Formats: sequence, structure tokens, C-alpha cells
Amino acid sequence: MSPVYQFTVSPDFPTKRMSSWFILNTWLQKATDLHIHLELYPDFASQRQAIHDDAVDLIYANPFDASMLVREKGFVPLLRPQDKSDECLVAVKQGSPIQAVEDLAPGCRVASTEDPDVNLVGMMLLEPADLDRHNTQPVSVDSYPLVAKALFNDDADVGFFLEDAYSELSNLVRKELRELVRSQISDITHVLLSGPRLTEHRERLIQTLSAMPGEPKTAAMLEELGFSRWQVVDREDTEFMIDLMDALMA
Amino acid sequence: MDRAKLEDMDPADVPDASRELVLQLYGIGARRVWVSDREVPYPDGRLIVSTTDTAGIITHCNASFVEMSGYDRDTLVGSPHSILRHPDMPAAAFQQLWDEVSAGRIWHGYVKNLRRDGAFYWVYATVIPNVRDGAIKSYTSVRRKPSRRRVEEAETAYRQALAQEASA
Ligand SMILES: Cc1cc2nc3c(=O)[nH]c(=O)nc-3n(C[C@H](O)[C@H](O)[C@H](O)COP(=O)(O)O)c2cc1C
Repeated sequence: MSPVYQFTVSPDFPTKRMSSWFILNTWLQKATDLHIHLELYPDFASQRQAIHDDAVDLIYANPFDASMLVREKGFVPLLRPQDKSDECLVAVKQGSPIQAVEDLAPGCRVASTEDPDVNLVGMMLLEPADLDRHNTQPVSVDSYPLVAKALFNDDADVGFFLEDAYSELSNLVRKELRELVRSQISDITHVLLSGPRLTEHRERLIQTLSAMPGEPKTAAMLEELGFSRWQVVDREDTEFMIDLMDALMA
Repeated sequence: MDRAKLEDMDPADVPDASRELVLQLYGIGARRVWVSDREVPYPDGRLIVSTTDTAGIITHCNASFVEMSGYDRDTLVGSPHSILRHPDMPAAAFQQLWDEVSAGRIWHGYVKNLRRDGAFYWVYATVIPNVRDGAIKSYTSVRRKPSRRRVEEAETAYRQALAQEASA
């Protein structure tokens, strides 16, 4: 009997993309003739547990986890979405007196989700105001629309958004928000990695996924995921990103 | 060991009023530089990233690094990192950086960097050793925008350190 490989996606994808990942997986199984089960974990903690239990073979990982997967779990990076980096946007409520990051003062309340890379980059964007984890108050919520809500309700002074999630807020919501700064770190992206059990099928996965833009049906699937093509990543690109993440977290 | 090479700055690249100085760089020797008083603000939202080999030769850098330094990538890769050395930086700061990272530790600090056009920019830098299989393979520096208050503190501290180094 052929083995069942376990596929998972970093829990920071927008909820509306959930079905798109299932559609991709159904197609991927047919196209590669591999038996792949897609498991979407509700949060980072449960996904990390699965990784630690070696219950993951293929993962679309956020840059944080990519570092751990390569270093500690022997995963190998295969592909990354082209022209789609993980950027963070810092915003306030439209009527807020805060005009620039430098206007924020110690003690200010920061609304964010649990996305680790967005929170890391977001805090970094506040550093020019001498703010850090120790002199700000976290306001943790479950989703980006709730970050916006925390700002509207004056439960927070400033909020962190994944750039993508910000652009997917309704126009009505976005009109009530004002962007202070956004990151432009094109070096940090999600990565598709494969684990030790998939070693012999790595090439097949790369070939199959890279060919997606060539067919209207599969090109549309990628479009649904928010990017237009996969880009092959070499070891050196990933090492650079991992070193960068290590330095950012240091 | 081969001596790394670093050319003098070209005064034709420096549009502002500037002073001419000679830096003594480790493993390289003298480098003539032209330095102006123009500060280029750190670009919002960016990270300036570079990787060096264990001798401090640049092996990899990102687009923001290229843009802020004013050199093209081909010049930067293969050059010693002291290509950005500003004469207002005390030697002690870099001594400390190298002592820390070569011992496998992390270094954080404020650095004033010299651009190809003689202007300068301040960064908050984190330098880490990249350890593979128990050995240091390379170093990575990630810089971000410093707060004005921290820059002013660093300016004062560095001025004092430079005066001490000059009288030593
Ligand atoms: C990863 C890394 C990044 C560095 N970045 C800088 C830098 O941005 N600017 C700088 O002047 N020196 C930087 N240095 C230190 C230089 O290697 C060098 O020590 C310094 O410019 C002083 O020159 P000297 O050692 O020849 O006296 C860096 C070193 C490492 C290992």
C-alpha cells in the first residue's frame, strides 16, 4: 500500500483561502500520484506539536517555522511564492492623534494576532519610537478584522496587520484606518518544505507545482492562493533567510 | 593569507562639501575617504542585511543594503565590510563586535556608516555568527531604523571613545 503523506499549511493564511488549499491538494495528489492528506491546524501551537511529533511531511511554512524545520527536522525547501513576501503594516484609527510611529509613547496598547512573523516585524517597526515588548501593552485578538475592531473601539492605540490581510479588509473598514508604516522586507517569504519521508518525491513535487501557471485551471488555483507562480528556492536563498530570521529574533 | 583589497573613495562621487581623511583598516591598510555632513535617513520599514565570511568579506547582501551604500552589488560582494567604515566610529566598537561574534555570541550596536557619496546613515545593527555543525561558518548583520534618542546617545559615547583613542 502506498504511504499517506501529511501536508499542512501555516495557520496564518486568510480563512477564505481554506478551500483553495483543499482544491490544490486534491489536484496535487492526482498530478503526482501520491497519497497526500491535508491537515489544517487551527493555530500555531497545534501545528508545532504535529511537527514535533513528526506528523508532517510537506508544509507551506511561515519563515519562523522554516528556520526550525530546516535546522532541527531535516526539512528541505522546495519552492516559494514568487513576488509575495510577508510584509507587516502598522495602522491606527482614522481620527487618532498619532501621525507617525515616533508619536507613540511607552505604555501604548498594541493589537495583534498570534502571527509570529507579523508580530516580530511589527515590533521592529515601532523601535524608532523606543518601543519594545517590555514597554507596550499587548492586546491579543484572533483575527485581523478583530485588530481593526480593537482600534475602532479604542481598546488599542495601534495595530499590526499582515499586509495581505489588510488589503482584504472591506473598503468600509479600511477607510476608518490610517497606515503609519509598512515593512518592505522582500527577503522574508513563506516556503514550501518537504520532510525526510518525501525525499524521493521531491523532484516530482517541484516539477508538478512549477508547471501550474502553464494551464488555465491550475493557474487559477494559484491565483486563488494569492500568487501567480512558484519559484524554486536553492539552499543558499533559504540559508540567507534563516540567518536573517535568526538575527531578527536575537 | 591574501590581503583583501579596498580602493580609495573617489572624490568625484562626493557632491557635498567634504573633508579628506585616511583610515587604517585591519588587514587592508590605508584607505582614503571623503566625508560630508549630510545624513541620509534610514528608509522606513526596511531591513538592511548582509552576510560575510569569517574574515569579514561580504558574501551576500540585500537590495536595501546596495541602495543605502551607494555601491553596486558587484563592488560590494567580495569587498571587506570596512568599505562602509566611517571615521566617526571608534575602533573599540568594532573590536567589541569582533570579540563577541568570533566567540560565538551576538552583538548589538549603533553604527554610523559611510556611503559611496560621502554622506552617512545610522543603523541599529544585530550581528550573529552562523553556526553549522558546531563551527562558525559566516556572520550575518541585520540593521533596522534606530530611534533618534539612541543615535544621539551613541554620538556622544563615540565622540568620547574617539578622543580617548586619539590620546592613547
Ligand atoms: C556581519 C558583519 C557586518 C558588519 N557591518 C559593518 C558595517 O555595516 N559598517 C562597518 O563600518 N563595519 C561593519 N562590520 C565591521 C567591519 O568588518 C570592520 O571591522 C569595521 O568596518 C572596522 O574596520 P577595521 O576592522 O578594518 O578597523 C561588520 C562586520 C561583520 C562581521
